[in-house]
Amino acid sequence: MSQDKTLLDVRGLRTAFHTEAGAWPAVDGVDFTVRRGEIVGLVGESGSGKSVTGFSLIGLIDPPGEVVAGEVIFDGVDLCKQTEEQLRKLRGDRIAMIFQDPLMTLNPVLKVGEQMREAIFTHYPKTTRKQADARCVEALEMVGIPSAATRLDNYPHEFSGGMRQRVAIAIAMLNQPELIIADEPTTALDVTIQGQILYQMQKLCRAHDTALIWITHDLGVVAELADRVAVMYAGRIVETGTVDEVLSAPRHPYTRGLLDSMPSTAEPGQRLHQIDGMAPTLAGREIGCAFRPRCPNAIARCAEVPPENTVEGERSYRCYVPLVQELV
Amino acid sequence: MSDTAVIELRDLRKRFEPRPDLAQRILTMAGKTMPKRTVHAVNGVDLTLARGEVVGLVGESGCGKSTLGRMVAGLIRPTEGTVTYKGRDAATLTGRDKLDYTLGVQMIFQDPQASLNPRQRLHKILGESLRVHKLAAAKDVPARVDQALSEVGLSAEYRDRFPHQISGGQRQRIGIARALMVQPSFLVCDEPVAALDVSIQAQVINLFMDLRDRHGFTYLFISHDLGVVRHISDRVAIMYLGRIVEIAPAREIFARANHPYTQALLTEMPNVAQRGRNFTPIKGEIPSPLNPPSGCTFHPRCPHAMPRCKVEAPKLEDIAPGHRSACFLNDTSAA
Repeated sequence: MSQDKTLLDVRGLRTAFHTEAGAWPAVDGVDFTVRRGEIVGLVGESGSGKSVTGFSLIGLIDPPGEVVAGEVIFDGVDLCKQTEEQLRKLRGDRIAMIFQDPLMTLNPVLKVGEQMREAIFTHYPKTTRKQADARCVEALEMVGIPSAATRLDNYPHEFSGGMRQRVAIAIAMLNQPELIIADEPTTALDVTIQGQILYQMQKLCRAHDTALIWITHDLGVVAELADRVAVMYAGRIVETGTVDEVLSAPRHPYTRGLLDSMPSTAEPGQRLHQIDGMAPTLAGREIGCAFRPRCPNAIARCAEVPPENTVEGERSYRCYVPLVQELV
Repeated sequence: MSDTAVIELRDLRKRFEPRPDLAQRILTMAGKTMPKRTVHAVNGVDLTLARGEVVGLVGESGCGKSTLGRMVAGLIRPTEGTVTYKGRDAATLTGRDKLDYTLGVQMIFQDPQASLNPRQRLHKILGESLRVHKLAAAKDVPARVDQALSEVGLSAEYRDRFPHQISGGQRQRIGIARALMVQPSFLVCDEPVAALDVSIQAQVINLFMDLRDRHGFTYLFISHDLGVVRHISDRVAIMYLGRIVEIAPAREIFARANHPYTQALLTEMPNVAQRGRNFTPIKGEIPSPLNPPSGCTFHPRCPHAMPRCKVEAPKLEDIAPGHRSACFLNDTSAA
């Protein structure tokens, strides 16, 4: 535990959505840490709570959702206890967010240059227009947008999908944040364009020692990009560790199941391993381990109490019957 | 080969011309000639699918793969070229033969939500084709619906549900069951698993393979996901801007990709076995089909581009048995 390197420490985070039928916990006790300059992959299927976790970190949960418990300690400060005003100072400056759909970030009726300058002036009002423009051009060039200076005068619709996402990344990088939370930023893009974005993100994070939380459902991307990975299922992190530990020798049967379901790991033409059943809805979660109904190794205890986190060096998992498999 | 061919495509082309907007119409009326903005969505494709074969069609957004699929299924008409179904030109079929084609070739769409009527119960959705085409007596329809449900692994109790009451994976199963109702022999699957989670995706891919074993279906399997395509296909065709740039048996294409675009796609395909990769991307954007580059359309992004590639479009040529590629690098006579 190199304390000084820890940038973000999330403890017992719970985010619930209040409905007429009660409060449903979309995120149900999540703990993880991110060190400076580290890339952490947060992996899960639809409805696992991975995006809600990302949004909860910087107070972007709107009613009926609410962060009901837990701490999000960013560089020694608990973000859950900050006022909206204080959070706003942090967002876009020390912590930036990239969304799946860049059109969510970009205002369609403002030129890209105006939106980029706004991000600078909001946090650094003393910057001159000239300095701001220079920073914007530099940021656009960093993400590989050709003739950046003239592109500042373009509207978002004048960019292609991949370019828009790169503009969103450039905006996120403008104030050289210490942490970027990226929510499925390449899911909507073609592979060749995804490759370009991954290349830029990796380069930028290395250059500025920026930490990155990469939220995705794609294990392949995480394997190639991340240092550590956290696998989410039904609102909990069921397994976490270095990419090599988790993806080469998973302890949790869900991680194993996900890996085996991928067509690229199977012999062509053979039946794929499938996880039977489907992920539980918020209302239909089990009392015990949420994965139990789909788990091939479940024992009686799994139905009673959800397994606690078992820590094993760098890695941890929530399972009574962990898979034993050694790293080769 | 051609006696077993179910579908043969010959020099198939599809052009789209957007309707001029108001400003353009006024300008035209005022006597100004407007440049035509034509999209060459599919630009000369030859492809033969033998009975029982699975051909994977891979490409990125806008390459024309869905347009090609829709032409094969007879949903849109080609601008030029022919679709031949069991040896006869599909455009000339009439009556019984035409019905044999439209029912024999069924399409499965990416977004099952959009292709299911939200106000109909599942049994109504599934039974509709039988009623419309009078393929079964009214009293036999319920049994046929239940049979189709069980084929796709859903119990009969789902028959009375509405599309919003089932999950995404189940909706895709309903899309497949609906296609099965008319007992087709050929399925055009347009990104059928792209919207599904990995664990559900595996279930649906297994279903496709089971159906093939059971009924000997022929598939045109359209996807942008090379992993899925490698798993399910006998042959793989790679499309770029309206043309097939490489086609080969699946094993061959993944072991010895020839076209620089195929090689780039394979490099960019995320791989769980890889760790801490240093990304080196292929440069450039996917060009707009409105204004495709001259010559070989891949040349602005190609690391091996030569002067010739800018002016001349390479033809798809045999480079090994069953392996065809459209690239001047294979043209040894020019060297």
